[in-house]
Amino acid sequence: MDAKTTTALLYLDGITVSFDGFKALNNLSFMIEPGEMRAIIGPNGAGKTTMMDVVTGKTRPDDGDAMFDGTYDLTSLDETEIAELGIGRKFQKPTVFESHTVEDNLRLALKADRRARAAVLWRESAEERSRVNGILETIRLPAVRERLAGSLSHGQKQWLEIGMLLAQEPKLLLVDEPVAGMTDAETRQTAELLKEINRDKTVVVVEHDMTFVRDLGVRVTVLHEGSVLAEGSIDQVSANERVIEVYLGR
Amino acid sequence: MMTAFVARSFDRGATAFLIALAVIAVLVPALNLLVPPASPLHLPTYLVALFGKYICYAVLALSIDLIWGYCGILSLGHGAFFALGGYAMGMYLMRQIGTRGVYANPILPDFMVFLNWPELPVYWYGFQHFAYAGLMVVLVPGALAFVFGWFAFRSRVTGVYLSIITQALTFALKLGFFRNNFGFGGNNGLTDFKDILGFNVQAEGTRNALFAISVVALMLGFILCRAIVASKFGKVLIAIRDAEARARFLGYRVESYKLFVFTLSACMAGIAGALYVPQVGIINPSEFEPGNSIEAVIWVAVGGRGTLTGAVIGAILVNYAKTFFTSGTVVAYWIFGLATLIAFAGVLLYRRSILLGAAIGLAVAVAGWLLAGPLSHVAATLDSPGIAQLAANWPFLAAGAFAVAALATSWQPLPLGAIFGALLFAFFITPFEVLALAPYWLFALGGLFVAVTLLLPRGIVGTLRYWTAGRRDRTMSLAAASAAAEDGVTAAPRAAE
Repeated sequence: MDAKTTTALLYLDGITVSFDGFKALNNLSFMIEPGEMRAIIGPNGAGKTTMMDVVTGKTRPDDGDAMFDGTYDLTSLDETEIAELGIGRKFQKPTVFESHTVEDNLRLALKADRRARAAVLWRESAEERSRVNGILETIRLPAVRERLAGSLSHGQKQWLEIGMLLAQEPKLLLVDEPVAGMTDAETRQTAELLKEINRDKTVVVVEHDMTFVRDLGVRVTVLHEGSVLAEGSIDQVSANERVIEVYLGR
Repeated sequence: MMTAFVARSFDRGATAFLIALAVIAVLVPALNLLVPPASPLHLPTYLVALFGKYICYAVLALSIDLIWGYCGILSLGHGAFFALGGYAMGMYLMRQIGTRGVYANPILPDFMVFLNWPELPVYWYGFQHFAYAGLMVVLVPGALAFVFGWFAFRSRVTGVYLSIITQALTFALKLGFFRNNFGFGGNNGLTDFKDILGFNVQAEGTRNALFAISVVALMLGFILCRAIVASKFGKVLIAIRDAEARARFLGYRVESYKLFVFTLSACMAGIAGALYVPQVGIINPSEFEPGNSIEAVIWVAVGGRGTLTGAVIGAILVNYAKTFFTSGTVVAYWIFGLATLIAFAGVLLYRRSILLGAAIGLAVAVAGWLLAGPLSHVAATLDSPGIAQLAANWPFLAAGAFAVAALATSWQPLPLGAIFGALLFAFFITPFEVLALAPYWLFALGGLFVAVTLLLPRGIVGTLRYWTAGRRDRTMSLAAASAAAEDGVTAAPRAAE
């Protein structure tokens, strides 16, 4: 690998993705600095989820560069390799292992040797147990640790999935609509949770809920038709005329 | 490390299941070899071979459950691996015939002489050695599964598309093996076996030994599968089944997990086929029939996928039903099958209480069956029509008396069970015409699949586990509620203070 070309943890430059001629991402460029928390907003079809797909290796861009940590070219790696590099992703729809217990979900997510042979011979260590306990506290689910994940409420599943990301010990967390379908109280708790996580990890949050984004109080990137429309604090972007026009207005 | 890996696999249910299998492994040969043929408990040799066939099917079902139930890979071509293992064993058995064949050629099997082949094809070399054939039994299906899986899983072929290409795989193999120039006996396959390791394959002792070995193979396969699904590897498999994308984004290389378990499963299917061939005495391309593979999937669905024990039970139950309805060879023994069905129906429909009733009812009927012989003998010697009458109707009288007694004590499930028992016996002593259902078997099987999918989606064992788990939860919440109530009771006076 070459020497670092940028200080940014995530560096996207001129990313273009088209599906059957429709440009889901159109010359998209932005950077996330280490330790930052960034909110990405934009109307439906703005390309938020496609952007995450590119970063996590699910979709290969037609054009452009995606660098992680200044050294890794994300466009040439697959999901597993990118996950191993330290990028964790939470899906829009909460995706947990429904027929496993909450604890087992976290155990499976814990950073460890992912190879099949290691999994066959695996036995839980005391350190792993305490890590699971710690994460259960962080995501506020110690009471339901033995329940099957499938029996959790929607909000609890969202938290469990965030907990699984934490267990992975990523450098960068991509969080897709974490408060969709949550009650107001749950939304506030989630904002706190993400802030807590941001203390030592870089976080990118894609969200529709403007009050939630305001609660987070972080730098905002507005996407529109596959490229960046505006960037700045929530107050700056809400004052931007073009943003008002395409998204906030009416 | 290995011991921990295996020890993890034994929970109470698994241990009980293994003990049951061990009992069967001993009991069936004992009933055949030690019980005199005149006794009603004697088991004829052809039934030993038939039950051995069921056991091989159970191993196949186990291998399917491992990939389908735990990793969501629905292979509709597992019969191909079974058949390949069978062919490998068949080739060994063919080479053992030697000069005893029709053409008395010491090297070439009969069909090659018949086709005027000058010499043995290279791929038949080595099969005169049992160890080599045994290795091929595992290696050939394993290698095919590895190559097939490598391409399929790497290209992320999943779901119904994977099922379709597995069907295509087994169909293509069937067409290949049908051809004479393929070198495996074409349409007729391999048959007329004489010896296995020097023992006559037709001999009683060999058949019993093969049966016992099959059960042991089933037990070992079960232990291996249990150990795998209880390990973290198994948890990852379930994770892949439930949310493949999540597993991928967590950094698991999904294709290697799938490839490993798919190959292992194919090896198991190969062993099942290898044990099957000496017991049925033939292997031909019809074993590659796509329908066979689908049938095997139905066994697993009926028993309950993702349960392992269910796969075994499903394979045995459905095949028992198949034999019963299509050939009639087990008519004299169908009482056991029916008893099992009724026991299950009892548990599924009315849960535990009725099971007890049915068990008692069945015990009454079996006692009647055992006593009817001596009683009628007594009747004949005494020349007493009264006793003969009694002998014929003894179980009905007993069941009736039992039902009245149970009704009098108002224990509801027992009269029902007693009626079951009486009905069982009535069926048993009524001369039973073989149901000529052979042409309709596939319809019945299709119907069974639909019925299971709609009415019993978890399968037999899955449903049972769901209910026991449900009952445990209810007990726990009841305990919690009563504990809370006690707290309330103790808290109340304190509040009053």
